[in-house]
Amino acid sequence: MKASGFPYVLPMLLLSVAFFATPLAVLVGFSFIGPDGPSLHNYARFLGDAFNYRVLINTAKLGMQTIASTTLLGIPIALLYWHSGKTARQVIIFLTLIPMLTSNVVRTFAWIVILGRQGPISETFVALGLAERPFTLMSTELGLVLAMCQIDLPLIILPLIAILSRTPVQFTEAAQVSGAGPWRILVTVLLPMMLPGLLAGWILVFASTSASFVTQAVIGGARNVYVPQLIYREVGTLFDWPMASAIAVVLLLSTGILLVAMTTISRHRRLVGHA
Amino acid sequence: MHSPRENPFPVFLYRAFVFGFGGLSLIYLVAPIVIAITMSFTAGQTLKYPPEGFSLRWYEALLDPVRSGTEHIAAGNSLKIAVLAVLGSLLFAVPATIGMARMRRSTVNSLEPFLLAPLVLPSLVYGLAALIVANFIGFQPSLWLTVVGHVVVFGPLMYRAASVVAQGINPSLAEASTVMGATWYTTLRRVILPLLAPGILAGAFLVFIQSLDNVSVSLFLADAQTTVLSLRMFALIEESLDVRVAAMSGILIGLTLVVMLVARRVLAPPRQA
Repeated sequence: MKASGFPYVLPMLLLSVAFFATPLAVLVGFSFIGPDGPSLHNYARFLGDAFNYRVLINTAKLGMQTIASTTLLGIPIALLYWHSGKTARQVIIFLTLIPMLTSNVVRTFAWIVILGRQGPISETFVALGLAERPFTLMSTELGLVLAMCQIDLPLIILPLIAILSRTPVQFTEAAQVSGAGPWRILVTVLLPMMLPGLLAGWILVFASTSASFVTQAVIGGARNVYVPQLIYREVGTLFDWPMASAIAVVLLLSTGILLVAMTTISRHRRLVGHA
Repeated sequence: MHSPRENPFPVFLYRAFVFGFGGLSLIYLVAPIVIAITMSFTAGQTLKYPPEGFSLRWYEALLDPVRSGTEHIAAGNSLKIAVLAVLGSLLFAVPATIGMARMRRSTVNSLEPFLLAPLVLPSLVYGLAALIVANFIGFQPSLWLTVVGHVVVFGPLMYRAASVVAQGINPSLAEASTVMGATWYTTLRRVILPLLAPGILAGAFLVFIQSLDNVSVSLFLADAQTTVLSLRMFALIEESLDVRVAAMSGILIGLTLVVMLVARRVLAPPRQA
């Protein structure tokens, strides 16, 4: 009886092997196609170029900046949820889900309005006398981080809320009765409890930033280039598929290493043992 | 509430952090959505915000079949692809969910990563890989190829949503049905599928939204004739700051809200009797 489930799983497993694993294997194979037979030519050319190297570093940096900013804003929102009543909690979940389920292109468009020369940020600064003339945050790293942080914030809030919603209030009440102040409760009770959620969120945020092609292309502009745009340029403009494959493999490896590292940490008993 | 030894200053700081900073963060999270909606009602020609006056002119421009013919075709294509992607995901992911629920935990743990892998992989990379293979075996980018790509990349969302529900189903319900003499088909139709329905609906909702929104897979797999909505919006944003994009955003946000409210009704856990 127990093993009879396999025939049901088989179609999806086959789909996954035929249309997912196989193309990826072919992609890796393609990346080794050089001008004269199989070689590391594409990798050498990609990593040998100082510009590409900087793009790779910038992409990792953008991921880290987004992780840091979403964490900084995500934790207070999760705490707000923790200290709220039933109705307010539902409102917070609703307010988190709306942006998350809204199209990425739409959210990017909203940020074009916000960051533009005639947008609310520029107008407010001019009105308050903090800036002499209207300015734009488009094509700046700051503008891109502001947008990416908002776009990825739900990915870190939801795992935190999932943990807190299962946590009985007695956990912090016990600490309170024992005389711990709110900061102490945060550091010794709430944060350790939220750690697995944070790690899960970081993985999601990092995977999302390394693939958010539209936001990076539109808001980053021509001055801030990231790996996904390099791949698209090789395919769409230069038609160099082997080179595009090599860049894709580099992107996969660099995000993969980070993801594996973070997953290993999140499974580490001693670190997240209390949760 | 407070223990007698508490120093009022840290407590005040903590409150400011949680209710002040947390509240502001929540506003920052939602503000872009509000801005996109209000922007779409501008009477002006530009993306100046706050908007200049109130009008429905951009919605009119968007609904006009002459001025926005390309957008209408793109929307039609996107809807077609999204519906087909949902159907495809149903076909593959729901049986997998049912099968996994009958297997040993250790088997599930070793098989599941294979099924969920597409969710972690940057979909741009997958789009490129699929394009290379399709080209290799003689397929050109098309609507159908895009659908296959979407089923592979978003099918796991359906699997995950349905399997969360499947794990909560008491196995003795299916056993009881079998013992009572029901065929496996009857058990599936009258017992398992109704119990799975909330998970399947949630999954369908997610696949539909993600498929409609997707750029990076469609970018590689859709042909020139199959313009999809997200790519068309992307092009409009990059080429010119066409205010019709604001109206498109308004419609998409409105749709998301409606679907969310409906889903909340349908998916709300039944009251304990």
